[in-house]
Amino acid sequence: MTPGTSTSEAKAVDVQNSTPRVHLGSLDTLWFQVGGTLCNLTCTHCFISCSPTNHTHELMTLEQIRPYLDEAVELGVKEYYFTGGEPFIKREMEEIIRETLRVGPVTVLTNGLLLDPARCDRLAALAADSEYSFDVRISLDGYNAETNDAIRGEGTFDRILAGIKNAAAVGISPVLTVTEVHEDNGTDDGRRRFLRLLSEIGIDHPRLKFLPVFKLGAEAERTGAYEGWETLECGAADTWDHLQCSSCRMVTDLGVWVCPILVNEPSGRMGDHLADTLDGFPLSHPACWTCHVHEVTCRT
Amino acid sequence: MSDASKIQAHRGMATWGETLVPLEDFREAAMGFGRRLSPEERASSVSEFVAADADPTPVEGPFERVAIFGGIYSNTHALGALLEDAAQRGADAVYCLGDFGGFGPNPEHVWPLLEAAGVKSIQGNYEAALASGRTDCNCGYTDPRDNQFADLSYRYTEQNCSAGFKVYMGGLPARRRIRVGTSEFLLVHGSPRRVNEFLFESTSPEPFLEALCTKVQVDGFLCSHTGLRWHRALPSGRDVVNVGVIGRPANDGRTDVWYTLLSAAGEGVEVEFVPLAYDHLALADEMRREHLPEEFVETVLTGWWTTCLEILPARERAASAY
Repeated sequence: MTPGTSTSEAKAVDVQNSTPRVHLGSLDTLWFQVGGTLCNLTCTHCFISCSPTNHTHELMTLEQIRPYLDEAVELGVKEYYFTGGEPFIKREMEEIIRETLRVGPVTVLTNGLLLDPARCDRLAALAADSEYSFDVRISLDGYNAETNDAIRGEGTFDRILAGIKNAAAVGISPVLTVTEVHEDNGTDDGRRRFLRLLSEIGIDHPRLKFLPVFKLGAEAERTGAYEGWETLECGAADTWDHLQCSSCRMVTDLGVWVCPILVNEPSGRMGDHLADTLDGFPLSHPACWTCHVHEVTCRT
Repeated sequence: MSDASKIQAHRGMATWGETLVPLEDFREAAMGFGRRLSPEERASSVSEFVAADADPTPVEGPFERVAIFGGIYSNTHALGALLEDAAQRGADAVYCLGDFGGFGPNPEHVWPLLEAAGVKSIQGNYEAALASGRTDCNCGYTDPRDNQFADLSYRYTEQNCSAGFKVYMGGLPARRRIRVGTSEFLLVHGSPRRVNEFLFESTSPEPFLEALCTKVQVDGFLCSHTGLRWHRALPSGRDVVNVGVIGRPANDGRTDVWYTLLSAAGEGVEVEFVPLAYDHLALADEMRREHLPEEFVETVLTGWWTTCLEILPARERAASAY
């Protein structure tokens, strides 16, 4: 559905065409868009165009999150992820992490800019108090200032590395998340360069996560939107379990969405409660094509 | 303002795909999507979602005490020590949760030991891969260094297993059910859902394990695949155990390896992890004679993993030497 098309028209089209539907086999991964679409950076590849002024999705409170944790326990969720926007602009974030760590492992996706030594100390204490893993994923899009700052903003390379070091200094070894915005980022050579960079700044246990770009939001403006042929039309997808939507849901202040990628597409919204969203989802968006072709999972 | 920042100049606008629209338009459109179930419908949707699946796997036993282990990784020295130890401790049956080969030397030597002792096995990802002619072990590493070692290990095992052994592997079940005392357990390699799912202690929360047990209607399950042992006694009274592996040490700086004894105890079971000292120096010599990587030998000699560490969650990774 595109802006200007009515909801009922879009639903009718969806029923009529041969769009494959993905079955939710289990709810393993529950995401929270805790930072909404608000961010202290304005990265030029952000598929949901986060910025200091983007209120498409608002920051979430612990009170909003709690009922979903209760539902998640009943449904047997395996792991929890918090993203945004920037989660750490939410003052309550540490309280949210503490409460979630009582029911399962937590990963926070951050740009690393707010990981000062005092916050890292508090996070390390939270991690030590829990029997489940606490992980931090920090985004970096180039192995030097020139390539990273072109995407994430001037001066960010040094600030991100400072955040990584602060985390590592208290025993939180972050997973570096790299998008394939530069041609060689995801190659074996590129991976080795990122590993070397981490090793040079004293990270003992380096971990990396690579993601393809989604041609949505700011990224569509940077390099172009999806083209018509980038669509899935292959009939039944009931048995597909390589797509993350077969085992995840995303919660924002506007309800439950199919996955972390489609929160800026109204048709990605599936209901108010997790229990509303346990049926299948039609893979009608071009971004579904990226997930299928690249076997993407936003999980670590 | 540069072109790239146009879409991020929000102020009262929302991003809808590649377009800026008034916030209210986006919210109104979004709220038009999704199901709105009644409280009764939601309850029924959840019950249906978590309901048990039928599983025709026959139940073996009952036993009073069973020895269960995983990941032989061609370590015949540890396998021999285990068979002796389990017999001494009065195990009625011995079960292997898969991964006969990989890492260690001369995988074919494992087969006669398993056969002679009547070990009952299931397929691990290694057996499933070798029996189906896969070209890799299906572990799914992304670090180039890990992949290099995983490839080397798989190719060595593939080339040193006879066609007959691969047929034997292909004939093994993917899962078994056993009764110990009055409790029924499922035996799997990775998880009840997938042969190559990693179930680590720090990323397998209680509600998740309860849901898995409910799906397969058991009093608990035993798995392996990760190489690290753990036991969770769940609030419902069920037990989930990762038995670890006997093929290499548990990344704890000790040269011992571990197996599990599951014994009937009153209404439930007792879970005991048993350390096994074995002739690890002989294993190291044999690995060197087979020109296996010195990194693998180092693990046997020091008790610390040197490769394939990227799969470890934060907590387990923080406890690693490498």
